[in-house]
Amino acid sequence: MLATRPAARIDAKRRATVDPRKRQFAKAQYQEQDYNFRMNFYAIPPTGDISLEQFEEWGIARLKVLAELEACQFRNRSPEETAEYMRPILQKNLPLSANSSRSGSLAEERKRDHYSHWTLRLAFSATEDLRKRFARLETMLFRLRLAQDDGRERREFIESLNMDWETVGEEEKAMFGEELRAATGAWRAKGEEEGWFKVDWERVPELVEQRRVLLKKGKAYVHIREQTSMVVGEFSRQLEAGLELSARALPRMDEDNRLSPILHHLSKSFTAPDTAYSQDASSITDSTQVNAAMIDSVVKHFPLCMQNLHRELRKNSHLKHFGRLQYTLFLKGIGLDLNNCIEFWRRSFKLIDESKFNKEYLYNIRHAYGDVGGDANKRGRGYTPYSCQKLLTEALPSAGQSHGCPYRTFSPDNLIALLQATGVNDRELLKTVRETVGKQRYHIACNLVFETQHKADLKKVKEQNLWPASELDTILHPNTYFKRSFQLANLNKFQNGDIGIDGPSQEASQ
Amino acid sequence: MPHATTPGSSPPIEDTVMSEAPIADANDAANDTTGTVEDQEDDVSAVQPPAKTSLEDMFDDDDEEDGEFSSSAQTRTADSSQEAKPTSNSSSKATDPEVMRVFYQRLFPFRYLFQWLNHSPTPTTDFSNREFAFVLPNDAYIRYQSFVSADQLRKQCVQLTPTRFEIGPEYSTNPRDRKTLRKASAFRPVAKELVFDIDMTDYDEIRTCCSGASICQKCWTFITMAIKVVDAALREDFGFKHILWVYSGRRGAHAWISDKRARQMDDQKRKSIAGYLELLRGGDKGGKKVNVKRPLHPHLERSLNILNPHFQADVLIDQDPWAEPAKSERLLQLLGDKTLTAALQKKWDASPHRSSAQKWSDIDTLASAGSLSTLTPKTLVEVKQDIRLEYTYPRLDAEVSKKLNHLLKSPFVVHPGTGRVCVPIDVRRVEDFEPESVPTIQQLLKEIDAYEGDGREDEAGEKMQDWEKTSLKPYVEYFRTHVNTLMKDEMGAKRARAEEGESMDF
Repeated sequence: MLATRPAARIDAKRRATVDPRKRQFAKAQYQEQDYNFRMNFYAIPPTGDISLEQFEEWGIARLKVLAELEACQFRNRSPEETAEYMRPILQKNLPLSANSSRSGSLAEERKRDHYSHWTLRLAFSATEDLRKRFARLETMLFRLRLAQDDGRERREFIESLNMDWETVGEEEKAMFGEELRAATGAWRAKGEEEGWFKVDWERVPELVEQRRVLLKKGKAYVHIREQTSMVVGEFSRQLEAGLELSARALPRMDEDNRLSPILHHLSKSFTAPDTAYSQDASSITDSTQVNAAMIDSVVKHFPLCMQNLHRELRKNSHLKHFGRLQYTLFLKGIGLDLNNCIEFWRRSFKLIDESKFNKEYLYNIRHAYGDVGGDANKRGRGYTPYSCQKLLTEALPSAGQSHGCPYRTFSPDNLIALLQATGVNDRELLKTVRETVGKQRYHIACNLVFETQHKADLKKVKEQNLWPASELDTILHPNTYFKRSFQLANLNKFQNGDIGIDGPSQEASQ
Repeated sequence: MPHATTPGSSPPIEDTVMSEAPIADANDAANDTTGTVEDQEDDVSAVQPPAKTSLEDMFDDDDEEDGEFSSSAQTRTADSSQEAKPTSNSSSKATDPEVMRVFYQRLFPFRYLFQWLNHSPTPTTDFSNREFAFVLPNDAYIRYQSFVSADQLRKQCVQLTPTRFEIGPEYSTNPRDRKTLRKASAFRPVAKELVFDIDMTDYDEIRTCCSGASICQKCWTFITMAIKVVDAALREDFGFKHILWVYSGRRGAHAWISDKRARQMDDQKRKSIAGYLELLRGGDKGGKKVNVKRPLHPHLERSLNILNPHFQADVLIDQDPWAEPAKSERLLQLLGDKTLTAALQKKWDASPHRSSAQKWSDIDTLASAGSLSTLTPKTLVEVKQDIRLEYTYPRLDAEVSKKLNHLLKSPFVVHPGTGRVCVPIDVRRVEDFEPESVPTIQQLLKEIDAYEGDGREDEAGEKMQDWEKTSLKPYVEYFRTHVNTLMKDEMGAKRARAEEGESMDF
């Protein structure tokens, strides 16, 4: 690294022309900014002076807020619940009052908001993963705040953004009246002001995807109420572009030995539970090594998503690509090694001859384990087993596919049937599951099933304080489900020391 | 050497690989853990299993400028063993390298393909930075090929005799130079036609005439319907003009949209168009596949109007999807109203040989006779609309459309299974298109022979192209017209920009 540095230096001719001796005393071009609005697009980096302590403290406060927001997302909280849950946390860590509050600390709050955003932007621009996640959470925060903004201030803020939106005139309204209303669902909310504006469809891809706008020759007719989501979209677009830019400038930051440790520290404490998931955290024990022949006997400990895949596999002696991938990674997560995994699939695909298996399936299994593929794939030992969040957010399976979370992909009737087939017969529980699923809280339903199935053992664990509290948290990963279920079933053995237990596994960052 | 070449372990040739193992997911999975560009590259080849051999070939390939073709060694041995005159060999297999060679030499319209991808008669980076991927006769798969001109591409095809080749995106630099770049991130896809893939396999649960790889005129109607609906949406809603529909050689169709605006879309925009067009969601256990709000979105309203006549004629009568009791259960399940389904079940049990059309009208008869419990007459109309959509609405393989860097089989190549040429479909006469009458490669070669045997060649003069002597002619001509309008548009825009630029200089 050191050797390459001189090459990366800026060409002498391109350096700032300020005399270095005077530079220290030169005035910054814009020291303090005026914050006219509560909301901020964070388009301009801060240039005023703050202390190192503030730099770190504000960053950490914002980080806490983002982590909580992410937790809300993982727990599938609805926007209202999230808003309710976040209110005290925001108030404590990152208060931001409206103009109308006449609070004396308005400027200070907004400065804090502005600076902390940029601190984290620096900390999280290093890798693609962090950038994506940061942009997603910042967008969530922005959306949350925008929704809470005072109506008038929001309008003023949006107007100040100066986006070029063309209002749809009366003539066009009359021409497309019916279609406009049908496309944008405008007649459901009576009394709402009726207005549309027109933009290139590329500006509102999310709305297009959900068919919530009228399209005519590449122009999207957007209902006035979608304005908020467009502003949010624009925010996220600009933020992503900005992060890309700061990533490129980041190497130069390395030279600052005061900031880089702080930034490094901040970004480290922001690793997702998903990425923090490690091999040893999930394999059940040291002494019980899972092998191909054992799978059928431990299926009863699998979460429903995996049980379903297993059943489909046994039924058809085949699984389609995404199902195969999901199941392979899960098996890898429970400690099945590559050779056993290949053996498992080879035996399961009993209708497929050797050469076809080797041709079409073998490579993918090996790739998932990091046995083949690019350098990065090998170094990372293949892919990470999918978390509930991943399963809950990916595209729904289409005909013939069975991957994903059954709580989400199955119709309620089919779900109940599947649960009964796997031995869940508690009528009360099935009723609650049906209700919970109806509210789209799929993974709560899954946890409910787990808790009810293991009621007695869990009680014992709690009473005797056998597990650390983190081991009793909501399950957010199919492999955690398996691990806990397996351990609960073998409680006695674990206590006797026949099988060793390893420490807390889940959610390193929470 | 981690990637030992084993000739036996080669990629599958069927196009189902693309639909069953889309590139998208592997990329995502890789991004979760690492997310470097290098990594993505390798994943792409991972999903298309032949990476083992392809890597090997890529190395070989770097020597190409020296005129060495180690990867074509096998083809050469094939040459010497087959001295027979290829065009007269009527029993030859479609994928026979010799037959393919003659096809590339004499019939494949490289010039128009070049213009189609280049958007101008003079070579630009639109073409030279474009990725091509070849499937060789030994089933090896070579990616990241690029060519400066139509002639180079032709030369390579004649030399390697690929069983088919695919077209990828235009990259920020020449794909052949990707390994010499200092930064891996400098190599990224920048533009590609927006593509769609409709495949008959997705219709297996609703077609009754054939299944799997086979296809007949009856089930081809599903593809016709899909083309009509998607084409209308792309033209009217998104304003695209240069849409080329291509027969995929066996049982599906591809669409290539070459408008500049479409070519430059990023993944998110592609995904949103795919989402706009996609309607049926959920797997086998998901229950109802159509869940749309009312009033219907104008796109769906229009689609329903296009599809209604097809539903009556092609689905109810030709496919007869609910003739068997086991199948009519699905219909009852979709209706969802307990009283109504019980009444229908009773009626159908009493007379088991009722056709789908009769069953469909039974719904209204019984409903108006008052056997509705949860549904109202109005909601019944909506439920019936949903059912019609489920049985007619296009089923897209959306993964293909969502990614900028997805490869898709080129028009005019030969389908290795059927020997049929992937010809363009004239969308104005889409109803008349018959997959069975699409010329096969063997047939075309015979046609050339017959033409030359007739001695007609002299009359036409020297300039006559070989494809003009065959039944490929109308297809190439259609393609040429398509390409010409595209180039005209593109050049018009360029000229306008150039003039504007000039006037600003002064």
